[in-house]
Amino acid sequence: MEKQWFTISVYSENNVGLLNRISGIFLKRHINIESLNVSKSEIENVSKFTIVVNTNEDWTKNIVRQIEKQIEVIKAFYHNDDDIIYQESALFKIASHLLFDERQIQNIIKESNSQIVTVSRDFFVLAKTGRRHEIDEMHDELEPFGIMQFVRSGRLAVTKAKMPITTILNDFYQDK
Amino acid sequence: METLKEQKKETKSPTTIRMSGAEAIIHCLLAEGVDLLYGYPGGAIMPVYDELYKFQDKLTHVLTRHEQGATHAAQGYARVTGKVGVAMATSGPGATNLVTGLADAQIDSTPMVCITGQVPRHLLGSDAFQETDIIGISTPVTKWNHQVTNVEEIPEVMAKAFYIARSGRPGPVLVDITKNAQFDELDFSYEHCTGVRSYKPVPKPSMEAIKAAAELINNAKKPFIVFGQGVIIGEAEEELKALVEKAGIPAAWTVLGLSAMDTDHPLNVGMVGMHGNYGPNILTNECDLLIAIGMRFDDRVTGSLDTYAKQAKVIHFEIDPAEVNKNVPADVAVLGNSKETLSLLLPKINENSHEEWHNQFKEKYKIEYDAVIKEELHPTKNGLTMAEVIKEINIATGHKAVIVSDVGQHQMIACRYAKFKQSKSNITSGGLGTMGFALPAAIGAKMGAMDREVVAIIGDGGYQMTIQELGTIFQNKTPVKIVVLNNGHLGMVRQWQELFFESRYASTVMSNPNFVKIAEGYDITAKKVTERKDLKATVEEMIASKDAYFLEVAVEKEDNVFPMIPSGASVSDIRLK
Repeated sequence: MEKQWFTISVYSENNVGLLNRISGIFLKRHINIESLNVSKSEIENVSKFTIVVNTNEDWTKNIVRQIEKQIEVIKAFYHNDDDIIYQESALFKIASHLLFDERQIQNIIKESNSQIVTVSRDFFVLAKTGRRHEIDEMHDELEPFGIMQFVRSGRLAVTKAKMPITTILNDFYQDK
Repeated sequence: METLKEQKKETKSPTTIRMSGAEAIIHCLLAEGVDLLYGYPGGAIMPVYDELYKFQDKLTHVLTRHEQGATHAAQGYARVTGKVGVAMATSGPGATNLVTGLADAQIDSTPMVCITGQVPRHLLGSDAFQETDIIGISTPVTKWNHQVTNVEEIPEVMAKAFYIARSGRPGPVLVDITKNAQFDELDFSYEHCTGVRSYKPVPKPSMEAIKAAAELINNAKKPFIVFGQGVIIGEAEEELKALVEKAGIPAAWTVLGLSAMDTDHPLNVGMVGMHGNYGPNILTNECDLLIAIGMRFDDRVTGSLDTYAKQAKVIHFEIDPAEVNKNVPADVAVLGNSKETLSLLLPKINENSHEEWHNQFKEKYKIEYDAVIKEELHPTKNGLTMAEVIKEINIATGHKAVIVSDVGQHQMIACRYAKFKQSKSNITSGGLGTMGFALPAAIGAKMGAMDREVVAIIGDGGYQMTIQELGTIFQNKTPVKIVVLNNGHLGMVRQWQELFFESRYASTVMSNPNFVKIAEGYDITAKKVTERKDLKATVEEMIASKDAYFLEVAVEKEDNVFPMIPSGASVSDIRLK
């Protein structure tokens, strides 16, 4: 079966140790987590993991079921890139004098739709939000001038379809 | 994590009593109906042991000789009773010694709660004496685990631990409790946990799936049932029997499903898997409908998945959604507790018999009997076989014993030839294949079923992995019957070396001590049988004994277990020799 990119969303309780439990499921199958983001979700006291992997669909299905089986996981889903709206964020730290010495840099800033977050005597910081390839392209363009520091976030994604988490939680209380 | 108990708290405030965390742990255990636990004391769990001392009239603590023994004893107790087994250990090495038992209980779905002591909260992460990150270590081998650092958490976490261990697909839970939380005081009150909002232990059965399953079963010409431990855990033995009889379907067991159905039932056609019976394996690839009930298509059952039951439709009755389509795709998946789903299915099933199809199993059995079984049970050679020992135990116990087997050749022989009338009677390490399991598990099984005969069947290799538990038998006068089938080898590995590594017996030849003397050192009556003429009478003497009894049988050194599906081969390629 062909390898593809999948984004896995996990809604869970916010508990110490759960990240370890979830990452262990990938470790067991020797699958690299390409990107990981953990944050609060739209529901109070519910966390959301966004995990990107490159593997085949059968394994992804199995992994999602094994994640969902963990006691503190409310629900897990997997999506193709077509099912979601997704972005990544990146920060570039660059020496300030380049802004004046290298005219091309100003063009890159404009064309890439990035923002200058801060400027100091020694350096300035650019923030860019977009698809992975857009950030990679910007990185490639800036690299020849010298990047002092670079960091990119994990993928952030929301689904086009509705996420029935509140319904699942309400059903739990109604069943009891 | 929100639990239902938390919700209730707001509406009523139960009466509370001021006590230490250590005492609270005892009250939690009593509230969960625990009257017996296994363990080993040490620095970080001493406050709890001090309370155990005070509560010894209500709660029996059995001191094993190693923490691993405590987990296997708790497992044996859990498997024979269906209740949660409890094991306790100190921090550091005490805790790490639990890991094998946790992994075994996880893969064999055994309800167990392990309680470990931990260094005081202010020392966590400082590499303190006997500190180990048991939460990190035990995460992949537990259904749930939790570290308690605040005394106030104890009642809720303990209630949740027992609820999670026993509900749905059972499994092991570890609760790690820092020493400060054992010493500190709380206003204790206890409420059982009835739900955790992020955890759905039993999926609701879908009537559509039940209908689809019934239709496939009613239309099948050559249906075949494979039943696993899900039938035993779900207590669906009667429903399974009713289904088998009503629809006239031949049924076979997995190693862990053994004893869910009378082994002498005419439609019980034997065991599937690597050393299972010839018919059930071969005919898996000839049936038109494979009905899997409470089993997970382990690789030791299926052999190569590429050639497993490809011709058949598959119905999978399963409580754990993560098992469906994991190894074998299901045409119809019926999620839920096996007792409930089979009960819903039964009225929709037409009465039927598949005589011609059933006859094929009988024909295959005849082939296997002539090629393998006859010589195993009624040997013409001088050397004793493992199977004839099992046969004598069957006769002496009237098929009523609990058989606890270790891991290896003797285990496969026990699972092939032991006879059972009663469920929860075959206790063995199936998924993990833990050598050393049987002796401590037999102690737990006996303590859980004092009115039943418990016979441990162990190889000379596995026996020496947990032989120290003879001390537990000695101290508690536990009347277990221990049978060591001694072939002077690590037999199963030796068999593989013979078949697949050109008989290079790397580290599989055992120089063994005098096992009889060792048992006698623990005041256990001990005999060794080397000749056939003494076997029957000695087995009878062992079973008649009211006390613990050790029987060593010198069996053929280089016998192999057949039939056999070589690792990775198809079930159709099962070898008779």
